[in-house]
Amino acid sequence: MSIDYLDGNALAGPLGEIFAVEVTTAVGTCAGCGAAGPVASLHVYGPEPGLVARCPSCEEVVLRLVRTPDAVWLDMRGAISLRIPMPEPRT
Amino acid sequence: MGIVSRGFFGRRREGDAELPPGQYLTHDFPVLSAGPTPRIGLDRWEFTIDTETGETHRWSWADLMKLPSETPTVDLHCVTKWSKLGTDWQGVSLDVLFEDVETSAEYALAYSYGGYTTNLPLEDLLDGKAWITYKFDGEDLTPPHGGPARLLVPHLYLWKSAKWVRGIRLMNEDWPGFWETAGYHNYGDPWREQRYQGD
Ligand SMILES: [Zn+2]
Repeated sequence: MSIDYLDGNALAGPLGEIFAVEVTTAVGTCAGCGAAGPVASLHVYGPEPGLVARCPSCEEVVLRLVRTPDAVWLDMRGAISLRIPMPEPRT
Repeated sequence: MGIVSRGFFGRRREGDAELPPGQYLTHDFPVLSAGPTPRIGLDRWEFTIDTETGETHRWSWADLMKLPSETPTVDLHCVTKWSKLGTDWQGVSLDVLFEDVETSAEYALAYSYGGYTTNLPLEDLLDGKAWITYKFDGEDLTPPHGGPARLLVPHLYLWKSAKWVRGIRLMNEDWPGFWETAGYHNYGDPWREQRYQGD
């Protein structure tokens, strides 16, 4: 059977619309099984009717993103956390 | 529309068919998916209706096959703007499945193998408006299109026609489903172009 999903880099553009930082390198922790890995490693289905990013370990939905004409809907209830690498604050 | 109609079987004229606002005509049957395609063996397939009082009605595949079926020819309208006209299905009317179901619930949540859900008023499932289908175009419904069985509610956008349907839960309160909690319209009438919340 052919693979019917993309990897999490497919989220770079749509998430880049709303996050000021590069999110695909952020480490997400799945609320379903606790597996942690970079957003880029998620299995992404869509893009229509919306992007559905699933955990590569348990296939549960980690995040969903729907672009409507005037809004982005982001559902992250499937992620316990998102660890986003940040530069150290300048002193 | 500038689209030449190919097959013309006398059911209706596709060339001047009326489409809901914002839709275009397609002859393909595009597959949209929100997850891996579940593969459900018929020996372990079942369909249930759970009422608001906790009563469960259950059908095996063999039970479903024994029920009288219908062969509706219907138009499909996907929220991603394609419409496909005059599609042929075979399945069991929800009216048949609800015959012995005692309920005063107003809302239904259809749920699927694979975890998908979609909500709709119970009245939109009754009176000849919805089916549990298992054949498309005379062939067994394939998994990418929702087989072995798919809910078919053609008067609403196609996301309401849950693929791989496993059951219907009846409730006194509305419970928004998978796409309805992520920006899509709660009801989804294509003729009123109810694509997104607020439409
Ligand atoms: Zn997981």
